[in-house]
Amino acid sequence: MKKAFPILGVLTAIFLSYALYLALVVAPREQTMGDVQRIFYYHVPSAWTAFLLFFINFLASVQYLVRRNPSTDKVANWILITVAAVTCIASVVIAVVPALKEAMPKDVQPSSIGTTGIIIAVAYFLIRKFFSVEAVDALAVTTAEVGVVFCTVVLVTGPLWARPVWGIWWTWDVRLTSTLVLWLIYVSYLILRRFSSSGQTPVMAAALAVFGALDVPLVYFSIWIFRTQHPQPVIGGGGSIDPRMMHVLLMNWLAFLCFAYLVCWSRYRLEIMKREVEEAQALESLLEPGSMAR
Amino acid sequence: MNFLYAAYGATWAIHIVYLITVARRYIRLKQEVDDLNKK
Repeated sequence: MKKAFPILGVLTAIFLSYALYLALVVAPREQTMGDVQRIFYYHVPSAWTAFLLFFINFLASVQYLVRRNPSTDKVANWILITVAAVTCIASVVIAVVPALKEAMPKDVQPSSIGTTGIIIAVAYFLIRKFFSVEAVDALAVTTAEVGVVFCTVVLVTGPLWARPVWGIWWTWDVRLTSTLVLWLIYVSYLILRRFSSSGQTPVMAAALAVFGALDVPLVYFSIWIFRTQHPQPVIGGGGSIDPRMMHVLLMNWLAFLCFAYLVCWSRYRLEIMKREVEEAQALESLLEPGSMAR
Repeated sequence: MNFLYAAYGATWAIHIVYLITVARRYIRLKQEVDDLNKK
């Protein structure tokens, strides 16, 4: 694994450079906004990556809470299986009943509901299979921290795009405000983890992360539910996009996903190492002569 | 164009600063490991 890291690092750097070339040179120039629209190729993939990392953080936090007790662990497993089954059945029912299909938002396929349910269950069981209870907590810290970095990119590139297009840096619109709240929730999560020395810190942080994750769907669906200044989503929300632009967008997202994976990998190893050092230091202080007398 | 370059530059500045922070934490931790091994 140690040998794979530099190779993957070089490949990711090449991929990111290629994605940058696509965004700056290959992607067609947008007629209304001009070249400033190219911020889109960094702003949107960063937001999607942040959402994905917060989603993993949510699953890891739920697992940290439920796996400490075997009975709640079993209940959680069955809930996940039920969610996957119910969403699959719901997508079939919606596809068959015309009245329900008409009530769905435009451009949203009924099958996407079942797909979402299955993705949630598969991701949950994959994390469960490959991470122990302690490792799942390290995964939660890692994804929250890297997620905050990507969310910061979203909050910085957004105003830099808004200023030339809307004429303002910021507006208290639902999409922008809920994204800022999301960022603040995860920053508070990291502050809690950094400065709290209580033994219950991981439990409190996991509970905060579970509630914090509820803001992610609000951020995503806010532009469908409310009238906002923010543009409509380019996928499944009534917005349309040139196929060449879509290709560049997806390539940039893939490049950012590879980059996020590598950063998470390094940060996760660091977190595991930190815990091992803390354990060794605690053991050493116990074994020190005279430590019992103190 | 200035806004475009500012956005791309800010993105990489944020990522690089974060990577430097992670690297510094790693170096500090490595020193602690070495100290523990010496003891």
